[in-house]
Amino acid sequence: MFDLTGKCALITGASGGIGGAIAKALHGAGATVALSGTRVEPLEALAAELGDRTHVLPCNLSDPAAVDALPKQALEAMGAVDILVNNAGITRDQIFMRMSDDEWQSVIDVNLTATMRLCRGVMRPMMKARWGRIVNISSIVGATGNPGQVNYAASKAGMVGLTKSIAYEVASRGITANAVAPGFIATAMTDKLNDDQKAAINTKIPAARMGTPEEIAAAVLYLASPEAGYVTGTTLHVNGGMAML
Amino acid sequence: MSDIADRVKKIVVEHLGVEEDKVTENASFIDDLGADSLDTVELVMAFEEEFGIEIPDDAAETIQTFGDAVKFITEAS
Repeated sequence: MFDLTGKCALITGASGGIGGAIAKALHGAGATVALSGTRVEPLEALAAELGDRTHVLPCNLSDPAAVDALPKQALEAMGAVDILVNNAGITRDQIFMRMSDDEWQSVIDVNLTATMRLCRGVMRPMMKARWGRIVNISSIVGATGNPGQVNYAASKAGMVGLTKSIAYEVASRGITANAVAPGFIATAMTDKLNDDQKAAINTKIPAARMGTPEEIAAAVLYLASPEAGYVTGTTLHVNGGMAML
Repeated sequence: MSDIADRVKKIVVEHLGVEEDKVTENASFIDDLGADSLDTVELVMAFEEEFGIEIPDDAAETIQTFGDAVKFITEAS
């Protein structure tokens, strides 16, 4: 089950906790992986750890020209892009009354617009191949909302609408598009919280703990696999029961 | 019929799964040959590959019929 031998995957945000785990899971299932992110050092370190079948493609997702170039670079490096995982994301939290245009726009640009550009960039090779898997990493807050995250929640909800619409358009071509919506996951982002904050979060999670990056990666691996060919336009919530959607 | 027209017809027949005699000069891909909007994009991609040309999006939108396609490709190649 879930054998990705011969498949080529482009993963953004691969220098982060969740992105790194996704890259490892897809690579472990046999895929060739292109690791993208802004920080070259952790990407190189991950590539060294994984060994063969890896490519490092740094990209600043707030630069539209660089984003448009990335699928082409991935195609050149790997010869195909069968799987696209839009995992990269940023937060710029602020209470809504104080939220600046810049705080709004930068989050929308990276989380939503770059996702759209990358999906558009891989469409042609996937259409030709009559096979493709797009997995967009949304968030629980895209469905539930979250104070201080008007920009982030809007971008993550936007990803879900984008994913569903793409899924409609290309389902007949063997291409699926799905979202994974993580709840609270233990990463560098949540490490910044103090113990009281963590304990408060855990009381809201029926599973009474944060999730792991590997638990998100497993969901991505499933949606990227040949076995998930009949699953499209869905959002797979991986949140320990925090929101049962 | 020109060589280009033959090659275009072959692509259309194969891609849309229609009878060869349906692919006439004025046959519209969408109205007469059952293509959907995605098919027309794929036809353009196939033409680009077959003839080694690039068909920009605004030009692609003007290619509605078999005759349009042959005319555009003849001029472009």
